[in-house]
Amino acid sequence: MIQHFKSLSLTSRIGVIVGLFLILFLISPILADVPKPHIPEAKGEQCVEETDYMRRNHMDLLMHRRDETMHKGVRTRKHSLQNCLTCHAVKDKQQQVVTIKDKRHFCRSCHSYAAVKIDCFDCHSSTPIAKNKNSGI
Amino acid sequence: MKKLVYAEIEGKSKGFLKLAVGLLAMIGIGLSAAYYMEHNGHIVTGMNNQIVWGLPHVFAIFLIVAASGALNVASISSVFGKTAYKPLAPLSGLVSIALLLGGLSILLLDLGRPDRLIVAMTHYNFSSIFTWNILLYNGFFAIVIVYLWTLMEGQYNKYSRHAGMLAFIWRLILTTGTGSIFGFLVARETYDAAIMAPMFIVMSFSFGLAMFILILYASYHWTGRPLGISTMKRLKNLLGVFVAGVMFLVTIFHITNLYAAEHDSVEHFMLSGSGYAFIFWVFQIGLGSILPLVYFYHSRFKDQVKYMLRGAGLVILGGFSQLYVIIIGGQAYPLELFPGYEVSSTFYDGEVAEYFPSLPEMLLGIGGIAISLFVVLFAIKLLKFLPISLADEDVDPHYKAKSTD
Amino acid sequence: MTQAKDLSDQSRRKFIGGSVGVAGAMLIGPGIFLHQVQAKPDNQAVTNKVRWGMLVDTNKCATGCDDCVGACAKENGWANETGPNEVNVQWIRKVDLKDKKTGREASLPVMCQHCEEPPCVDVCPTGASFKREDGIVLVDKHTCIGCRYCMMACPYKARSFVHSPVENHDDYMPRGMGVVESCTFCVHLVDKDKSPACVTSCKEKALLFGDLNNKNSEIAIRVANENSRQIRQDLKTDPGVRYQGI
Repeated sequence: MIQHFKSLSLTSRIGVIVGLFLILFLISPILADVPKPHIPEAKGEQCVEETDYMRRNHMDLLMHRRDETMHKGVRTRKHSLQNCLTCHAVKDKQQQVVTIKDKRHFCRSCHSYAAVKIDCFDCHSSTPIAKNKNSGI
Repeated sequence: MKKLVYAEIEGKSKGFLKLAVGLLAMIGIGLSAAYYMEHNGHIVTGMNNQIVWGLPHVFAIFLIVAASGALNVASISSVFGKTAYKPLAPLSGLVSIALLLGGLSILLLDLGRPDRLIVAMTHYNFSSIFTWNILLYNGFFAIVIVYLWTLMEGQYNKYSRHAGMLAFIWRLILTTGTGSIFGFLVARETYDAAIMAPMFIVMSFSFGLAMFILILYASYHWTGRPLGISTMKRLKNLLGVFVAGVMFLVTIFHITNLYAAEHDSVEHFMLSGSGYAFIFWVFQIGLGSILPLVYFYHSRFKDQVKYMLRGAGLVILGGFSQLYVIIIGGQAYPLELFPGYEVSSTFYDGEVAEYFPSLPEMLLGIGGIAISLFVVLFAIKLLKFLPISLADEDVDPHYKAKSTD
Repeated sequence: MTQAKDLSDQSRRKFIGGSVGVAGAMLIGPGIFLHQVQAKPDNQAVTNKVRWGMLVDTNKCATGCDDCVGACAKENGWANETGPNEVNVQWIRKVDLKDKKTGREASLPVMCQHCEEPPCVDVCPTGASFKREDGIVLVDKHTCIGCRYCMMACPYKARSFVHSPVENHDDYMPRGMGVVESCTFCVHLVDKDKSPACVTSCKEKALLFGDLNNKNSEIAIRVANENSRQIRQDLKTDPGVRYQGI
C-alpha cells in the first residue's frame, strides 16, 4: 500500500491524507465514549419556560438577561442565573449542593456531552446563594 | 536596465530546512508561553497593576510600527516613481504583512481573555482609538494584498500606482493611530503629547527599513542570488535619514517638555533619574541612533556592507529600547493625583513602579518575530517575490558599465 | 361595667396605636431623607434622573484606619488575594498625604471616581467599560477581553486586573481571572436601595453616599453649601466622588 501511495502525484497524496482525516472526523462520534448526561430532577413543576424552548433558547435568554442586568440594572428573579441555579441545584450524598467542579452539576453534565464550552462559572458562583452570606444584602 | 525576472527561491537546501524548523520551534515555544500565561494568569509574568503593558507589548508595537514602515520601499517606487526601488516592491509588501501578522499575534495572545477574540471582532466602541487601530490593521492586510496582486500579476500592473497610493495613505493613518494610542492618554504625563503620532510615523520609517534591509540581505545572501552594492547603499542612506529624523522628533519632544515647569520631574525621571534614562542615552541614542549614523555616513564605514548590516541591527536595538522606555518607563512614572503633596499607599501611589521582564513574556515576543520571519520564508518559496538578480548591472538606473577598453 | 372597660380599652388602643405611629414616623423620617428616591423596582431600568455620588470628609478620615478597604474586600470577594502586592486587586485604597510645604498630613480613600466623562469608557475597544445611566461606571466582564487599556487611561489608577484564578466565587459580585475590575459603588446593593459597603462600615461617618441630582438629599445639600473638590479637577472628567479637607 505504501508503494502505491508513493507512486501518486503530490496533489493526490495530499488528497488521500485529507480524505483519511475526513473519514476519521465523520466516524468519530461512534468512536467517542462520552456518557449521556444524567439530567437530575429540578425543583418545582416546570421550568420558567417550556422545556423544548429552554433546550433551544436558554443561551439567548441568559445573554439577553445579562445585558439587561449589567447595563440597565434590571434584576427580576424569573430569568436570573440565580433562579436557574436554585431550582437546578444537584446535591451529593452529603446533601451538599455540587459546584461546577463536579461532573453532576446540571449545566456541566449537559455541556460536557454536547462539547460546548461555557465560561459563565469562571466568574459566577455555580451554586445558589447560601444562607450565611458575607454580603450586606 | 534589463527586464526583471522574478522567481521563487528553491527552498530545498539543508540551510533552508534548518531555518524553517528553527523558526517553527520558536513559534511553538512562543505559543506554549502564551498558553502558560493564559492558563495560570498574568501572575506568571512581570506585568502587574502598576505596569500593565510589558515586554510583549514592546515586541508587538515594534513589529506593528515596523510593518507599516516596511511598506515604504514599495511606496517610494509606486507613489514617488523612483524606479530604482521597483524591484524591491513585492518583497516590501510581503515583509510589511508578515511583520504586522507577528505583532498582532503577540498582542492577541497576551490578552487576559484571548478566547474572546470573537467578542473583540463583533463589539466595536468607535470612540476608542484601539478600535480604530483594529479596523485599520485589518484594512491594511486587505489593501497590501491587493497592492501585491497589482504588482505581481502582469495584467494589473497598471493599477499598481493607485493601489500603492491607497496603501501609502492608509499606512500613514494607521501609524498615526498607533502613536495616538499613547498620545491620547491624558492621564499620564509621559504620554499626553500630540507629537506622539508624527514621531511614530518617522519611527516606522526607520524600524521598518532596518528590518527590510536585513531580511533582503539574508534572502539574497543565503540563496546565492546577487545583490548589488548600489541597492544596499541606496537603502542605507535612506535609513540614515530616517534615523536622524527620529532623533530630531525625540529632541523636540523633550525640549518642549523641559520648557514647561510642570514637566520638570518627569523629564528628570526620563533623562537622568532612572534606569530608563540609562537605556535612553546608551541604547536608544548612543547605540541605536548615533553609532548607526556613523556607520552609514562616515567615509571609513559607509561603503562596506558589513557596517550597513551592523547599523541596521543597531537601529533595531535602538528601536526596541525606545519602545521599552516609552511603554514601560512611561508607566513606571507615578500618576500625580495630588500635586504638592507627598503620597503613599498600599497601591504604590507616588512611587516609581518596578518591572522585571519574565521569561514567558520574552518567549512570546520572540515567538512573534519568528511568526513574521516564517511567513516571509514560506512566501518567498511559494511565490515570485524576489527578482533573480539584484546585481548592479541589472537594477541600477545609473549603472555605468566598467570600460573594457 | 363592660361598657366602661370597652371604652378604656379603646382609648388604650388608640394611645398605643398613636404612640407606635409617632415612633414609627420618627424612625422612618430620617430614612426618607436619605433615600428620597423610591427603591427602584426590579424590573425597571435605571435612568439618568439619578446621579450617584460620594462625599469624603478627609477631616474625619483617620490615618492608619482602613475599615472601608476591608469592608469592600469582604463585600466584593477580593479579600483573599494571595499574590505579591503588585498583582493584588485593590478596588479602594487609603492614600496618606503630606503637604510638601506645610507638613500638614491627611488621609483619604481613593476608589473609582465614577466620572461623568470617563476616559476608561472612551478607550475600551469592545465597549465593556461603560457608564450606566445613573452615573455608575462599570466593567461588563462578559465583554472585557483583558487588554488593560482602560488601566492605562484611568487618571486615578482605579482599575485592577485579575492576575490569577479566582477560587470561591462571590455570590453577588462575580469576578474572574483575565478581566479588569474596579469599584462598582456596590451596585448590587445600590439597586436594592442600600449604601455601598465602605460607607456603611466607616465608624467616623467620613463617607456619604447619595443622589447628587436630588436637591433634597443630604449629599446634594452638603455639596451645595460646603467646600469640596474633585481629584485632578483640571482633567475635567467630572468625578462623582468629591473630597473635603484637602
